[in-house]
Amino acid sequence: MGDDPGSDFSRLARQSGVITDPAAGEVLDLPHGTTCIALRFDDGVLIAGDRRATSGHLISYRTMQKVFPSDRHSAVAIAGAAGAAIEMVRLFQLQLEHYEKVEGKELSLDGKAAQLSQMLRQNLPAARAGMVVVPLFAGYDLRTNVGRLFQFDISGGRYEELEYGSTGSGSLHASTVLKLGFRAGMDRDTAVDLAIQALYVAADEDSASGLPDFVRNLFPVVSTVTDKGYEQVDDDEIRERSQRLVDELTSRNSTI
Amino acid sequence: MSTPFYVAPEQVMKDRADYARKGIARGRSIISSTYENGIIIVAENSSNTLHKVSEIYDRIGFAGVGRYNEFDSLRIQGIRHADLKGFNYSRYDVDALSLANQYAQILGQTFTNEMKPLEVEILVAEIGETADEADNDQLFHILYDGTVFDRDRFAVLGGDAEAITSRIDDGFEPRLAVGAALKQAQAALAGPDRTLVADDLEVAILDRDHGRRTFRRIVGEELAGLVA
Repeated sequence: MGDDPGSDFSRLARQSGVITDPAAGEVLDLPHGTTCIALRFDDGVLIAGDRRATSGHLISYRTMQKVFPSDRHSAVAIAGAAGAAIEMVRLFQLQLEHYEKVEGKELSLDGKAAQLSQMLRQNLPAARAGMVVVPLFAGYDLRTNVGRLFQFDISGGRYEELEYGSTGSGSLHASTVLKLGFRAGMDRDTAVDLAIQALYVAADEDSASGLPDFVRNLFPVVSTVTDKGYEQVDDDEIRERSQRLVDELTSRNSTI
Repeated sequence: MSTPFYVAPEQVMKDRADYARKGIARGRSIISSTYENGIIIVAENSSNTLHKVSEIYDRIGFAGVGRYNEFDSLRIQGIRHADLKGFNYSRYDVDALSLANQYAQILGQTFTNEMKPLEVEILVAEIGETADEADNDQLFHILYDGTVFDRDRFAVLGGDAEAITSRIDDGFEPRLAVGAALKQAQAALAGPDRTLVADDLEVAILDRDHGRRTFRRIVGEELAGLVA
């Protein structure tokens, strides 16, 4: 087979010179995306992220999307250097589609997670230059009919979580909320509320993560992956649930 | 060193063309036409796994007749061309015309320069983005020697193309519902003396209502229901 890239799009793109691997060098100050979480619920898995990107102490982007469908039955959320992360997602999406078209069938969920590991490994030199990307991967496993989620480290290490996972600068606070609120087999609505709460608390403590923005009508992106596939929760619903959370927090304080 | 016999170029080309045509004629045929919501491709193919029809890109489908390994390698080259172009520029910049030209180059080069021509005929089909652009639905039919035809209403590929074309041309109707379009193609493929059942057919559509990736196979119960 030698130089034949087979069904591997990354390799094909490298051979064609469409992608070049960055050399390690000076650490760059780039826009960074922040908090993303994922958790399992009865019908599958939920994945969510706030909307803020920061450069140092400044907000560089308020409407950033950090949660993406990677194919029909999986999703990826990213924290880290925004440019490198979005490019990695784009390549990952195409990698899965390319494989599916060339081979005539989808990769298994484990296969997709392994692909993401490989991309992170390839990004390691770039990570040393400040372009750190740490994704979360969630999907519905059509072989076993369950939702599954994976955390990663910058070297491509892959860790499957059975309950919830988080990444980014606000992940410590978000995961505490998830740890306390998580119940095995909870329904979708409970899971969506818990996700909104976790992102809210993370943004409340971490300056790099964004709160729900009622002024600009910008809310966290929350998506579910079930046997029916990837579905992003409607913005109106997120607004309503965010409002309810804010009302509840407000009433708690007013009684003190 | 022995001197090779002189053979007139006309004779060389004719021999190659005969060789390619013979190879193609051994396989079963394919019909593609428009239907109400896009393009349908119907192939006579009893295998469920060795596909003759497949997806290239969001709005582009591919079909091949002749030697399986040859058109399958062309299919993969097409996917690579499309995915690289879409990644490098944008998804809107991938189109069937550029792909058809690329295929014509490969087939033409091989036909002229290699010992053995490719024994294939291929189809590159593309649907327009919206229903208003239905006029932009395109069927490129490319022959073993790189000749490209831009087919208007339907395309017939394969050894028996002449007979099948005359059957489908007689009373052909464009933009039928998917079931009717399938039956129209099925009848033309079968001819008066044979009947084709669901198991003999491989069917796929480029469906304008199927989201970004419009290619969809019609298989199993859905196919049986439409054919019955």
